[in-house]
Amino acid sequence: MRSDQPIQTRWIELLVAVCFAVAGIVVILDSQRVGNAWASDGPQPGYFPFYIGCLMLAGAAWVFLHTCLRWRLDGGRQVFAHAKEWRLMLMMLLPTVTYLVCIAWLGIYLSSCVFIAAFMVWQGRFTYLRSLLVGLSISAALFLLFEIWFLLPLPKGPLETWLGY
Amino acid sequence: MDELSHLIQGFSIALTLPNLGFMLVGIFLGVLIGVLPGLGGANGVAILLPLTFSMSPTSAIIMLSCIYWGALFGGAITSILFNIPGEPWSVATTFDGYPMAQKGQASRALTAAFTSSFVGALVAVLMVTFLAPLVAKFALNFGPPELFAVQLLTFASFIGMSKEPPVKTLLSMMLGFALAAVGLDSVTGTLRMTYGQESLLKGFDFLVAVIGLFGLGEILLTMEEGLSFNGQRGRITLKDVLNTWKELPQYWATSLRACLIGCWMGITPGGATPASFMSYGAAKRMSGQPQNFGHGAIEGVIAPETAAHAAGTSALLPMLTLGIPGSPTAAVLLGGLLIWGLQPGPLLFTEQPEFVWGLIASMYLGNIVGLLVVLTTVPWWAAILRLPFSIIAPVIVVICAVGAYTVHNNLQDVYLMVFFGLMGYAFKKLQYPMAPLVLALVLGDMAESSFRQSILMSQGSLSIFIATPLAGAITTLSLIMLFWPLVGRLRQLNRD
Repeated sequence: MRSDQPIQTRWIELLVAVCFAVAGIVVILDSQRVGNAWASDGPQPGYFPFYIGCLMLAGAAWVFLHTCLRWRLDGGRQVFAHAKEWRLMLMMLLPTVTYLVCIAWLGIYLSSCVFIAAFMVWQGRFTYLRSLLVGLSISAALFLLFEIWFLLPLPKGPLETWLGY
Repeated sequence: MDELSHLIQGFSIALTLPNLGFMLVGIFLGVLIGVLPGLGGANGVAILLPLTFSMSPTSAIIMLSCIYWGALFGGAITSILFNIPGEPWSVATTFDGYPMAQKGQASRALTAAFTSSFVGALVAVLMVTFLAPLVAKFALNFGPPELFAVQLLTFASFIGMSKEPPVKTLLSMMLGFALAAVGLDSVTGTLRMTYGQESLLKGFDFLVAVIGLFGLGEILLTMEEGLSFNGQRGRITLKDVLNTWKELPQYWATSLRACLIGCWMGITPGGATPASFMSYGAAKRMSGQPQNFGHGAIEGVIAPETAAHAAGTSALLPMLTLGIPGSPTAAVLLGGLLIWGLQPGPLLFTEQPEFVWGLIASMYLGNIVGLLVVLTTVPWWAAILRLPFSIIAPVIVVICAVGAYTVHNNLQDVYLMVFFGLMGYAFKKLQYPMAPLVLALVLGDMAESSFRQSILMSQGSLSIFIATPLAGAITTLSLIMLFWPLVGRLRQLNRD
């Protein structure tokens, strides 16, 4: 697929249906493992999930078939996301994922500050100083709110340890 | 009147200084949440829920429910001034609210919207005040089969009444049930679907799901639209308010219809969003000048706003009396009740009267405070939305991350939130509704245990659900709801 082509809805529709089917199968298999029949003391733990799994599988099959049957009719006209759109989406998603991974190493305060400042510089063309100020103030507000007032500790990194927290 | 004396007692609880303070904080946070994209009633309450763990349950519910009212008010501001619905239930408000603002009638539209919201909420609270104790008393006779039948009705009405394809509603709901089943089985203590992962022992927390689905998912969608917020100016003077108020009584019929639609859609779990659309549609059909709709008819603002607020408020009735929430936000509040150690359901009225009546009294006060706050502070909120999205977006992501983390002080929940965020993004685009997923995730354990208790009573026969007249009636109603889309389809085929 060329990178400037739109993503067609029908493909994503199929993909999601397959995901649902897999989830349904996982539920059914597990319900069989823990027992989905009627035991002497009543229904086994898998009794209820078994039907849930079956309904998921049936629903997924329906959506899959429905999409396939309409494949020609649709002809790729329905667009899930145009190239410009999904690029914009990724511009939000990828920094977010990077930020969240960084929390484990740098702690939430430093990562949040860097994330907000970097995003502002990159996407909003703000000056470094202004971006950093916004990032710092948000992190400081979070710190006051959680660590000081509500006594809910958030993940901290080397910087906070160095500062004595 | 028993209810009135209870209500007065409730007011004495809600009118204490700390509780009034929480109310004000809640309304302000709520309007802020309603104005910002990516933060809404459900995930806003979900993010703030962990902060209330140390508060008394009554103060906590007063603050959180006020966030809900605030969010309902706030949605209207962005719809009218910016043509951007801050909340799904204010989409219908954009149809006529924004054209009004373009014509220079922003303050008239805003006043009408806020006042109608207030009226809708007031009617719904009155209904809750007098109907809820009756429903609770009635529900005390419910055994497991009746309880499951009511839950079945809840879920069946989702399938029957959603505007999304019924199969997709079903799939989304079943996914919620499946996720709810993960972890320790509460009856036998067996581990289900954990596959040796220790982190799955506790199961999936619906708060994380809500923050991801409604928060991150919404941010991804907003980013994709590449929004630049170009809004109309909004400032409300006392003269505007009084002039609009003089004008409003002539639309009493629209308002009354909207209240009825809203209350009905709130009690049956339709929720505020479909209620606002239905009410807009009804107002247009019944209006003398339907051609004005979409070009700035004030009725087009009154109808959806009244209905959305009435529905949002009355969604608390089934939550309090039956333990079944009528909307995603009510579902989150219900989750809060469980976390604070309160068992939602009919017994709540007898065992925790100060909690229930404190909440109901705060619904009256909260909406009055809300109306005053939004009428006086509109320019501030409009200014917030003028901030560039490149500032708002990362800040909201940070807030969502903090919210997801504080649920269990666990980083894995934060990663899970991204997963749910992507899911919310795809679901929204493919027309999978998210509310059934959240409700199933919250109610899953309860529904399963009432189902298991019921069939244990009947030794495995499903006939237990039609054995008593009450259970039978509710089950039949559920089945009608469930197959309603099919009936509609058949009728359409016949006509063609």
